[in-house]
Amino acid sequence: MKLGLDPAVVRKARELAARAAEPVIEMARTHTTVSVERAVLRLAGVTGADADGIPWVNRVVDAVRDQVGLEHGVALPFFAAENWRSLKFGLPAGTERDLALLRAREAVGAGVARIDRNRADRDRLLARHGDPGKPWIYLIVATGDIHEDIPQAQAAAREGADVIAVIRSTGQSLLDYVPEGATRQGYAGTYATQENFRLMRAALDEVSAELGRYVRLTNYASGLCMPEIATLAGLERLDMMLNDCMYGIIFRDINPRRTFVDQRFSRQIHARAGIVINTGEDNYLTTADAIDAAHTVVASQLLNERFGHEAGLADAQLGLGHAFEINPQIPDSFRLELAHAQLVRELFPDAPLKYMPPTKHMTGNIFAGYLLDAFFNLAGVMTGQSIILIGMMTEGIHTPWLSDRDLALENVRYVRRAAGDLSEDFTPGPFIRERAARVLSETVDLLHRVAGDGLLDAIADGVFGVTRRPADGGRGLDGVVEKAGDYVNPATEILEAAP
Amino acid sequence: MTVETMKQIIRPYGDTTGDAMIQVSFTLPVPHGPRADLAALQLAGKMGLDPASVVHSKAMGPDFTFFIVYGKATHLIDYAGIEVPEGREFELLTPAQVNAAVKARLGRRLVVVGACIGTDAHTVGIDAILNVKGFAGEKGLEYYREIEVHNLGAQVAVGDLVARAKAVDADAVLVSQVVTQKSAHIHNTKQMAAAFAEAYPTSLTGGLGRPLLIVGGPRFDTVTPSDLGVDRIFGKGTTPGEVASYLVHALVRE
Repeated sequence: MKLGLDPAVVRKARELAARAAEPVIEMARTHTTVSVERAVLRLAGVTGADADGIPWVNRVVDAVRDQVGLEHGVALPFFAAENWRSLKFGLPAGTERDLALLRAREAVGAGVARIDRNRADRDRLLARHGDPGKPWIYLIVATGDIHEDIPQAQAAAREGADVIAVIRSTGQSLLDYVPEGATRQGYAGTYATQENFRLMRAALDEVSAELGRYVRLTNYASGLCMPEIATLAGLERLDMMLNDCMYGIIFRDINPRRTFVDQRFSRQIHARAGIVINTGEDNYLTTADAIDAAHTVVASQLLNERFGHEAGLADAQLGLGHAFEINPQIPDSFRLELAHAQLVRELFPDAPLKYMPPTKHMTGNIFAGYLLDAFFNLAGVMTGQSIILIGMMTEGIHTPWLSDRDLALENVRYVRRAAGDLSEDFTPGPFIRERAARVLSETVDLLHRVAGDGLLDAIADGVFGVTRRPADGGRGLDGVVEKAGDYVNPATEILEAAP
Repeated sequence: MTVETMKQIIRPYGDTTGDAMIQVSFTLPVPHGPRADLAALQLAGKMGLDPASVVHSKAMGPDFTFFIVYGKATHLIDYAGIEVPEGREFELLTPAQVNAAVKARLGRRLVVVGACIGTDAHTVGIDAILNVKGFAGEKGLEYYREIEVHNLGAQVAVGDLVARAKAVDADAVLVSQVVTQKSAHIHNTKQMAAAFAEAYPTSLTGGLGRPLLIVGGPRFDTVTPSDLGVDRIFGKGTTPGEVASYLVHALVRE
C-alpha cells in the first residue's frame, strides 16, 4: 500500500457506510416492486407479449395487483391460476396454496438453474479461450440497430476490445416494461431486450473463439426495469452490468425507494450469475467538480460496496466506478488524478475498478483531447485500474466514428505497451499521499453526516451529484409495495439460501 | 478601383504565406493498399486539394482504410466579401446587475423553468446553466437571488413541461437538447414550441403572450430560432451569465 492510509480511518469509513446503508437495506428487505415481481415471472419462464406488444409479465403483474394485491407476491396467484392467460387471479389457500408453491419453486428453480449453467459455461469458455489480462479495454457500441451493432462489436473485439458495452436507447430507463424481440431502431443506443442480449452474446462467442480471448458483454441493469434486465442478463450470459445504487435516482429522477428495492434484487441475481457490476460514480463528476466532489465519489463507492456485499456480491464482482474529470487547466491536475485513482485502488484492492475517461473537459480540439485521453490511459496503467473505458477524442462532438474508435484503441495499446508494469515503479510522494488522505477524511465526514441524517435525506439534500431527489419524488414510487406477512418470492428464497 | 470593390484574397496558411496547405483525415470503405491510396488522392483532388499526398493510411479491419492527407487548397477566399457577423444583441451583465434590473423593473422574481425534453437524458447542459455550481467559473441561475429556478431534469414530457410552466407562471422556459441522433433535438424542440403555442392562445395575437422559449445544445448551428419556433438558441460554451443577461434584455427592458 503506497499511500500509507490510516487503517483506522478506512475502518471508520466502512462502518459509517454500513450504518448509513442499514435502514435502506431494511426497507428493501420488507418491500417489493412491480419489476421485482415481473422478474420472478421471467425466471419462471414467462416470455412474450400480447397482441399490443405489452409483455405478458406486465399484464400478469398488473392483473394480480388489481385483483389480489402485490403484497403477497405474484408467484402464488400466478401458479394457482388454471389458465393464467385469462388474467383472472386469486390468492390460493390450503392444499391449493401448497400445490401453487410447489409449482412456483420448481419453475423459478429451473430459471435459476439456467443462470447457474450460464455461469459454468462462462467459466469453461474463459478456460478455453483465455481471460485477457487487466486492464480490460471497454468499448461502447451504440447504433440503435442490433444487426448493425453486431459487426461493429466484432470489429472492435478484433481491434483489441475486451469488453463490449451495448449502450441502451436513451429513454429506456424510464420504460416500465422491457421491449420484446430483436430491435432495429433506438435513440443514441439499442434497446435492451432478451433477444438482443442473446444475439450479441452469440456473436461475441463466435469472435472469442476466433481470437482465442473471451470477449465480455455488458449492458445496463438500471432504470425502472432493473430487476428484470438483471434477470435477462443472467439468463443470456451477459458478463458485466451497469448497476449503481443511486444513479437512477440522481440522473433519471427515479424514485429513491423504488431504486433501492429494485437494486437489492438485481444484485442478488448478479451475485448468483457471476456478473460483475459496474457502478456509476463517474457520473457525479459530470455535474459536480472533480476536485471538490472527489469525496462524494468515494462515499458512494463505499455505499455501493456495502449494498453489494449485503446482496451477496463478492469483491471480485464490484466494478466500482470513478473518472478522470479534473479540469486540465488546473496546475498539478494529473497528480491529483493519480491521487484519486490510487486512493480508490487501495481502498478496494480486490475490486475490478472501472475507470472512465474525460468527457467534461473535451473541448472539440480533438488533438488536445487525444493527448488528454493518453494521460487518462497512463493514469489507469500507473494506478492498476482494472477496466478502462476507452476515451474518444471526438467526445461531445458526435457518436464515435469507426476511425475515432480505431485511433482510441491505438492510443490505449501504445500506453499499455509502453508503460507495462509501471505501477510497480510508481511510488507516490507527499503531494499525492496528502491529497489522498484528505479525500478520505472528507469522505468520513460526509458519511458521518449521511449516517446521522439518513441516506434518503442526504439524497434529498443533493449530497450526490449536486441534484436534490426527495424520497417520495421521482418516477415509479407507485410500483413499490410493502410485503405482507404471507409474502412469497421463490426467487429470493433460493438466492438468499445460497451459501 | 474603389474601396467597395477592393478584394482581400486569402488562402490557408501552413508555414508560408500563400502556401494554401491544409490537412484532412477520413475513412474509405475499401481494403488498405495502393489502390485505396489512389482513391483517397482522387477524393482529395475533387475536394480542391492539388497537389495532395497521402501521408498516412492504415487498415481498420479488412474492409476499411483510414487516411491522413495533406494538400494545397485550390480554392480562394475573398475575405473582404465576408461580413462581420452580428455580435451579441444584448449587454453582458454581472449577477448583481441582473438582480438589480429584475428587482427594479420587474418588481418580483423572474421565474425560469428548465428541462431536458423528450428522450434526452443528458442534463449536463441545463445543469451547467441552472445549478448553483454553474459552468466555466460562473454560478448558475439558481445562484441569482432575483431568479426563481425550477429545474425539471431529464426526459421531461412536453405536456408536463407546459403544465409546469403554467403552474408556476414561468417568464422563460429553458430547454437543453444534446442527443442529435436522427435529428431528435430539432424534432423535440419544434414539438415543444408547438405545444406552447397551443397552450398559450394569446401567443398568436402578437406580443409574446407566452413564456420566452430558449433552447440550448451543441448542434443547433444549422437552424434559426424561427425555424424552431423559439426565441433564442444558445450553442456550446454558453455561460449562465450570458443566459441571465439575455433574460434581462428580452424580458425586463424599461
